Amino acid sequence: MERKRILSIRDLEISFQTTDALIRAIRGVRLDLYQGETVAIVGESGSGKSVTVKAVMGILSSNGSVDNGSITYTDPDTGEVFPIVEMSQKDIRSKISGQRIAMIFQDPMTSLDPTMTIGKQIMEGMRYHHQVPKKEAQRRAQELLDLVGIDNSKRRMKQYPNQLSGGMRQRVVIAIALACDPQVLICDEPTTALDVTVQSKILELIQSIQKEKNLSVIYITHDLGVVAKVVDYVAVMYAGRIIEKGSVEEVFYDPRHPYTWGLLSSIPDLNLDEEELYSIPGNPINLALPFKGDPFAPRNKYALNIDFEEEPPLFHAGGKHRVASWLLDPRAPKVDRPASLERRLKEMKEEVKRHE
Amino acid sequence: MARYVAQRLVIAAVTVFFILLLLFLMLELMPGTPFNDERLTDQQRAVIMEKYGLDRPILERFLKYMLMMLKGDFGISYTLNKNMPVSFMLGQRVGITMILGLQAVLLGLAVGMVLGIISALNHGTWLDSLTSLIAVAGVSVPSYVFALFLLYVFAFLLRWLPIRYNPTDPGLSGVLPVISLSMFTIATVARFLRSEMLEVLGSEYILLSRAKGLHEGAVIRRHGIRNALIPVVTVVGPLVVNLMTGSLVVEKIFAIPGLGSLFVQAITVNDYNVVIAISFIYSVMFVLTMLVVDLLYSVIDPRIRLSKGGPA
Repeated sequence: MERKRILSIRDLEISFQTTDALIRAIRGVRLDLYQGETVAIVGESGSGKSVTVKAVMGILSSNGSVDNGSITYTDPDTGEVFPIVEMSQKDIRSKISGQRIAMIFQDPMTSLDPTMTIGKQIMEGMRYHHQVPKKEAQRRAQELLDLVGIDNSKRRMKQYPNQLSGGMRQRVVIAIALACDPQVLICDEPTTALDVTVQSKILELIQSIQKEKNLSVIYITHDLGVVAKVVDYVAVMYAGRIIEKGSVEEVFYDPRHPYTWGLLSSIPDLNLDEEELYSIPGNPINLALPFKGDPFAPRNKYALNIDFEEEPPLFHAGGKHRVASWLLDPRAPKVDRPASLERRLKEMKEEVKRHE
Repeated sequence: MARYVAQRLVIAAVTVFFILLLLFLMLELMPGTPFNDERLTDQQRAVIMEKYGLDRPILERFLKYMLMMLKGDFGISYTLNKNMPVSFMLGQRVGITMILGLQAVLLGLAVGMVLGIISALNHGTWLDSLTSLIAVAGVSVPSYVFALFLLYVFAFLLRWLPIRYNPTDPGLSGVLPVISLSMFTIATVARFLRSEMLEVLGSEYILLSRAKGLHEGAVIRRHGIRNALIPVVTVVGPLVVNLMTGSLVVEKIFAIPGLGSLFVQAITVNDYNVVIAISFIYSVMFVLTMLVVDLLYSVIDPRIRLSKGGPA
């Protein structure tokens, strides 16, 4: 079957005007999403991963503006094309948000309206966008609650968010997202605020709904380990740029960028009894201040001289693998991944094999 | 719920009882008696005091008065309207004060809400600064200053509105008193709603409802204002108190024959029964407002409503 491209982001640049500086939060992002596939955008806080998807949803905060680039949405059913960057906020809201692209937020404790019943919050979207009659909307909302695994759905409809646990609330948020039959689901750190035991259940739920409805999913996360099992493609962001991307095998088992090495090394691993959990040294760069060269260079112990002069372009690393690091330049010295990471990658591969 | 209401009513009754006791003692400590006429000899005064039972010990008088009050008898006026039953005196005036107060509360809430919402939605712009300025002025300038100012500008200079209040046909003459009484309410509600609204607008559930694709007006209306208004109910109680104290002076300025002006007169001439009766009305009103506010709050906020019975 031919892959249908549903969302394509090209050369996206977004900046925020604050009282004392202009912050260039997104500096040339290129990303594609195909129907039924899953992409993870990974990065630290402030790397621009949330900003990217907020632009897609038309919910950037008011001091943010898209300076360059395009976001194109192609409806896989009708073939209609929506140039999101050119559309007014009103247009995005009435044609894209909720109906074609839905979003799940990080903290289910705060992302539901505390004074509105769950039923009403689920029905709101369909009543609003499709003028679904009340009876019909109620029936569908109840079905959605069943679908996301909330028992006693009829009674739950009349309950308020504070009567539900965190995991259940996140299920409700998922039900709200599914209310208008979207084609794309954006999950912004969907499990970060949840207990570890609940995390995998929520991920499984999203995965099973994705299969059932042939949804495309974008995960936004700072934790590669959580999503590795459920995504097809990974894009690693740093300081507003994608610095490494490719299939999950390419990025996860053959990482090339020193920043990705750091990210992978900092996942806690119970199988290894290491003294100390690895963390990437230093802090993310302040994008409000001018900088020269690769913004990761000051934290990168493999940095070359050129890293401090010029930002690296995206190098091809075979297949779909792209890496923005001068280490991939043919003239660069050969640098091996740290041995501890190498051991880890081997273990992870074996672990995945054991599960298959 | 019924048990809770009953409990609160008992507490309210006890509160009112102690307020009255305290007031009784304070009146006793005030210099002079209701009969300060210089032409009276000490002997004559003693006779009058005995006639009204004022020679008895304070506690006895207090208990006797409380018993009378329970029967709806507030005693008679000693000085202002000699021997006229206090309940009759108040009956004529309660209505005027209540109507003006109610109008001021409603006006204050309505204008305050509009200002608060406008300034929150235009956060950081000149509109926000302007409403903040009005709000700060409204909170810090006493209502009688507003009253005099409004009186001077609109009644004296411009002559748009009458200076004196006309109790038989209020009409336009009620406009200035109501505005001056409501200034504090306007300001408090506007400030409070603004900060609540800003907090709500920054919340994740507003982001979620935007992501649902609701247009901005619906987001603000259905999720923003709704949630921001709930805490505003809590400030209504103190506002009513402020209205009462404000009415004391404002009624005097506009020559309104209401409770407030009578209260001031009664205090200056030691008309004990009148003072006690009006204080009684004010305290009951205050305690009841607080009770209603608490109950209302638990009705409109599902988080409080449900937490009482434990998680469902």
